[in-house]
Formats: sequence, C-alpha cells, structure tokens
Amino acid sequence: MLEPYLFLGPNIAGFLTFTAFPVVAAFSLSLFRWDLLTPPVYVGAENFAELWRDAQFRRVVANTFWFTFGTVPARVVLSLLLAVALNQRIRGVVFYRTVYFLPVVSSLVAAALVWQWIFNDSFGLLNGTIRAVGNALGLRLNPPDWLNSTRWAMPAVMILNLWKNVGFTTVIYLAGLQAIPQELYEAAEVDGAGPLARFRHITLPMLSSTTFFVLVMSAIWAFQVFDEAFIMTRGGPAFATTTMVYYIYLNAFKWFRMGKAAAVAWVLFACIFAFTALQMRYQRRWVHYEADQEG
Amino acid sequence: MAVRDATLAVGRRPRLGARLLAHAALLPGSVVMLVPFLWMVSTSLKAPGQVFTDPPQWIPRPVVWQNYLEAVSIMPFGRFFLNSLIQSSSVTVLQLLTSSLAAFAFARLRFRGRDTLFLLYLATLMIPFPVTLIPNFIVIRFLGWVDTFRALILPPSFSPFSTFLLRQFFLTIPTDLDDAARIDGASSLDIWWRIALPLSTPALATLAIFTFMGQWNDFLWPLVVTNSLEMRTLPVGLSSFQSRYAIQWHLLMAGSTIALLPVLVLFVVGQRYFIQGITLTGMGGR
Repeated sequence: MLEPYLFLGPNIAGFLTFTAFPVVAAFSLSLFRWDLLTPPVYVGAENFAELWRDAQFRRVVANTFWFTFGTVPARVVLSLLLAVALNQRIRGVVFYRTVYFLPVVSSLVAAALVWQWIFNDSFGLLNGTIRAVGNALGLRLNPPDWLNSTRWAMPAVMILNLWKNVGFTTVIYLAGLQAIPQELYEAAEVDGAGPLARFRHITLPMLSSTTFFVLVMSAIWAFQVFDEAFIMTRGGPAFATTTMVYYIYLNAFKWFRMGKAAAVAWVLFACIFAFTALQMRYQRRWVHYEADQEG
Repeated sequence: MAVRDATLAVGRRPRLGARLLAHAALLPGSVVMLVPFLWMVSTSLKAPGQVFTDPPQWIPRPVVWQNYLEAVSIMPFGRFFLNSLIQSSSVTVLQLLTSSLAAFAFARLRFRGRDTLFLLYLATLMIPFPVTLIPNFIVIRFLGWVDTFRALILPPSFSPFSTFLLRQFFLTIPTDLDDAARIDGASSLDIWWRIALPLSTPALATLAIFTFMGQWNDFLWPLVVTNSLEMRTLPVGLSSFQSRYAIQWHLLMAGSTIALLPVLVLFVVGQRYFIQGITLTGMGGR
C-alpha cells in the first residue's frame, strides 16, 4: 500500500531536510574548519581541542551554568508557590492568572527592550525607585549599574528571564494541583493536619511528578538562553553574559567559524543530555508516581 | 459539589487566613508583572525631555502620540508586521497540515517501518535547536533562500513535536468510528478530514495558537536568515531599531508597544486555549 506514504510524504520531506540531515551535518561540520567562503578543511577533533584550551569558552560555559542554576530553582519554587496561591478560590483569581501569564505571551525582544530601559543606571525605573525610596527613608542607597557591571549584568538577565517565564511553569503546576483528589485534604483535615502539614505531606508529594517535569524542562530551556542576553547586554560587559548559544551565534555568524560553532553546539547538547540523564537517575528518590496519574 | 461546599463551610476561619495570604502573595507579584508594561506605555507617550528624569515620572505630560507616528515613519513597522503575519500564519497552516497528515498515518495506518520511523521522530525531539541551527542556515544558503520568505517559513513548518502531539491525540479517538466510515466507503483521506480533524479541534486550536505565538516571537532564526530591512520580522526589526536608535527610549517603547499589542489582544481573546494548551502539551512556543 502506498497510501501511508502519501500522508507522511510532506512531513518526511521536511523532516529529512530540516531536522534529520542537519543533525548529521552538524556532526560532520564539527570536524571541519570552514569560513563559508573557502572550501572546508578536515581537522578531526581539533575544534573540540580548541574549545578545551579556549579560556573564553570556559567563561561562556560557566556563565551558562550560573544562569541555569540561578534561574531554575527560583523558577520552580516561585511557580509552585504562585500556583498554590492561584489555586485558592479567591476574588480576582481570573485577573491574577491573566496578569501572571501576560509576560509569557509577550515578545521576548520587546520585553527585553523594556527591561533594558528599566535597568538603566541613571534614569531607569528600578534604580530611580530604589534611590527615591532610600531618600524617603533618609538612606543613601547606591544601586548597581546593572547592565554595565560584570557582576550584576547576569542577575539582570536572570530577572528578565524569571519575569518572562514564571507564569508558564505556574500554569503547569496549576494543572498538577487540580489533579490532586480533594478527598485527601479533607481526610487530613479530619485528622487535624494544619495547612503547612497538608502542603508538606499531600501537595508536595502529589506534585512531585509535575516538579520533575518542570525541573527538567526549565533546565533544558535555561541552557539554551540567548535572546535575553542578545537584546539587553549584547553578551557583555566583557563577555559576562555571553551564553553557549550566544557563543554559537558569535562563532558562526560574526566570526564565520562554522566548525567551531558546531562543536560548541555539541558540547551544549552534551551538557543538556547529561543534566537530564542525571535528573532521570535521581528522580526515583523523590518522585512519587500515582497509578492513575501520568508521568 | 455538595461535599466541597460543606468543607468550605467547615473550614471558614482558616480559609479566610489562606485567602488573605494568597492575596498578600499575589498582589505584589502582579504589580511586578504589570509594571514593565505600564512603564513601556508611559515612556512611549512621553516627550524626549521627560524621559530622562530622576526620580522617574509615571504620567506623561504632555501625552505625545506623535512618538508612534515617528517610530512608524523611521522604521517600516508596517512591513515588519506584515512579514511576521505572513511567516507566522504560513508556518501555522503548514505545520498543522503536514503534522496532522503524518500523525494520522502514525496513529491509524499500518505500514512497514512505522514504529522505527516514529522512534526516529521522537529521538530528534531531544536535540536542541542550536545544534541544527548552523546546518539549516547552510542548507538555506546553499538553496539560495537567504532573505526570502521560504527561509522564514519552510524550516519551522515541519515539526516532529506537533506530529507527536497530534498522534497522541488521534490515538484517543475510538477506531470504531474509522471502521464504520470505511464500511460506508470512506477513504483514509475522508477519515482524516471528517473524523480525525473535527474530533481534535481543541488540540488543533491549541497547537495553532502556540505555533503562531512561537513564530511571532521567534528571534534567532529570522535574525540569521534575513538581512535586508524589508525581510525583517517584528522581533528582528525591533532589534535593528534598537541598534540604530539606542537611547531614544520614547521611540523604542512605542515600537515595543506596537510589537506587543497584537499578541496580547490574541491572548485575551483566546485565553482559554492558551491555558488548556499548556496543560495539554506542557510545552510552549519553543
């Protein structure tokens, strides 16, 4: 029968051209030196060896890990707490849900521009407000020049990232919360469990599979951060916010080192893969799966 | 329902505490969420002289609508908008079409190598976008498609993820319906069009919104494959605007407002599908 292939045809053609072939090509590309203009030269593992010696690359990897470990735990905790609060039957909950989700649907570029302006040292909303509050209290507060400081630029990028994405994971948690049978809480209440005990012994364990999902996905996304840094800091100052994807972009499209860029991409993939595998491995210790609840 | 009402009545006092606690947590947070939008609109309506003040002023005096006209006149925002619209809607249509056809084959038709092929699709889901970015760019360059709509539209139009999602959804549709239709002489194409698609409207709607939104906001790919101002999409155009008018915040904020407005409106209209979509797929615009 030819029929199935007619259904699959268009998708497979696209899949092969824009997914399968590029994956294979990315691998061979990492073994060549190529500036797009002159013919590619086979260099074996030299691109990887070069990365190994490259102090700038080490900085970039460290930045990416700092961003990941700085945002992911905060994101998980914040979105869990927000979801618990948004799950209460309170007045205005629809309004709250909309508000927390607004940044998620916004264009990151536009949002990053706005935050770049907010973080402006002399006239930005953040420092202006901090100074004004300080003056009112009789203090001379001296907030950092966020985007021009090698120390504070990355935290600024993290703040933008959290603001933009926390609503997304919150909604995933909300779905998890709504799947918890109400009877569990009622039974616990009858047994005299207070709100904290119920949260600790019912909500947290029942949400552990959701937490696992949120943790894994947030880490995968965090490793691939690019837009935030590109718009707000252009990777600076002094490479302080250059992440691995940014480094791929620089190598490929600014310095025309296609092979090296491909090698960075594979190192990035290895990091993501290792990190995900690690979490998979340790999930048994803390993730509880219910028979009727999908992982 | 009766049971829940009863517990509400029983637990009234702690409930009040919990409610206040929830408001205490949510209210400051929602201010943080909203302030950047308000600050953006506020700045976009200020005269240049009022932008640089310390402490910051919230109310534009006078209100300068002219900023929007100026932003639109120095940057072809209309063109960016049109490009984004063409790209996002074409990708959405193509992706829904090709993915639902392939998903139907994976879920409903029997053929050799089906499971192996599907596994291959799944395996590529793990590969992050940056890995395929450079080879894809080289393919596009080789085909001579740089700076064309083909480059913007075709690569994102074939999504293993959408195929996977729709396959899972099609699997939940009872096969009895197919069998009944086949007895009545329906072809596979009929079944795809008249049974599978109509019964998957929520999944399709959600997927459509997320694909559209993801494309509308996508930055890295359009940045890499376009280079003339006429081919830039809104996010990339906005970024060019930024590099040319670096500290003209009143204009940049007007531009940002123009870029943000359509998706925010779409969100408020289709909010139900957005929220459903996240819980359905656990994935967003990526």
